Amino acid sequence: MRVLAVSGSLRRDSHNTKLLRAAEELAPEGFEFELYEELESVPPYNEDRDGDEAPLGAAHLRARIADADALLIATPEYNSSVPGQLKNAVDWASRPVRAGALWGKPVVVIGASSGMYGAVWAQAELRKILATAGARVVDAEVAVSRAAERFDADGRLVDEEIRDELRAALDSLVAEVEPQLVAA
Amino acid sequence: MSITEAVQAAPAGIWKSDPVHSSVGFSVRHMGVSPFRGGFADFEATLAGDRLVGTARVESISTPDENLTGHLLSPEFFDAERHPELRFESTEIRRDGGEFVVSGGLTLKGQTRPVELRGSVTEPVEDPYGRRRLGLDLETTIDRTDFGIDWNAELPSGGQVLANDVQLTARLELVQDA
Repeated sequence: MRVLAVSGSLRRDSHNTKLLRAAEELAPEGFEFELYEELESVPPYNEDRDGDEAPLGAAHLRARIADADALLIATPEYNSSVPGQLKNAVDWASRPVRAGALWGKPVVVIGASSGMYGAVWAQAELRKILATAGARVVDAEVAVSRAAERFDADGRLVDEEIRDELRAALDSLVAEVEPQLVAA
Repeated sequence: MSITEAVQAAPAGIWKSDPVHSSVGFSVRHMGVSPFRGGFADFEATLAGDRLVGTARVESISTPDENLTGHLLSPEFFDAERHPELRFESTEIRRDGGEFVVSGGLTLKGQTRPVELRGSVTEPVEDPYGRRRLGLDLETTIDRTDFGIDWNAELPSGGQVLANDVQLTARLELVQDA
């Protein structure tokens, strides 16, 4: 099962990227992780530029999503919501309507923030926009609050409770994807 | 309850829907102010003795906006990819006073729930081409959340954008199978 992992944070030392690395470490057998690292090169959505020859960054994003069986997205929270670059990626991947890369794609949303709430608002909004884009949003949540305390100096997730939550979220993703793989 | 006749409630013979002169639609209150209406263009219904079966292709849902159509077909609403068909199968047909009543199971988004359709049926007439036709007009109201169609959003003044109760209508012109 090919999973494209997308971090909504572009920061080099991002907690959300570390969270995705932890997911890769904890994933059940058969998971094939690809970390998407080109989010910064996706240009702002512009319908005038969207067509058969979409800008390279957007076309690449669409192709990576289309090739994956599922997505795992980790989002930080900016001003109580989704970072602009992540929303922008959803906008590109949602078009064309009913034929976009996100259409019917199983997605798990998780998130980390340095504050008290683990990006729960951003996660809720991301689930909302993904569902509107036609993705199959899996009912699972991992909210990592006070993220700076949850990883060790090597970037490894050391909070056992969150490790368990992450395993459960990945299991939910498997449950969503596997009937499709069997049917395909 | 008024007198109920279970015997020969439906017209004898096999009757199939004329797609041009029939429609299957829904109506749901939007923003608390107005009924939003839509329909399914691709459907068929068969009335055979004491049994009525109707199916509609979810993909054929029609709305005036492709973005809205897309949202309705997505997993958040009908999930057309996994549940391409809407289906009704009767278990009992009866007359209740002046009403034609069809009980049965409605399957939507993979969930089957009992529903009761109520309406009327006309006497058959002969059309100019020598075939017999009758009209069957049925409706029911379902709670869409019973079928896992839960989407909603809050209105700024309180309340929800979309009602849970959805009225389903089938206005069928049925032609007798030769």
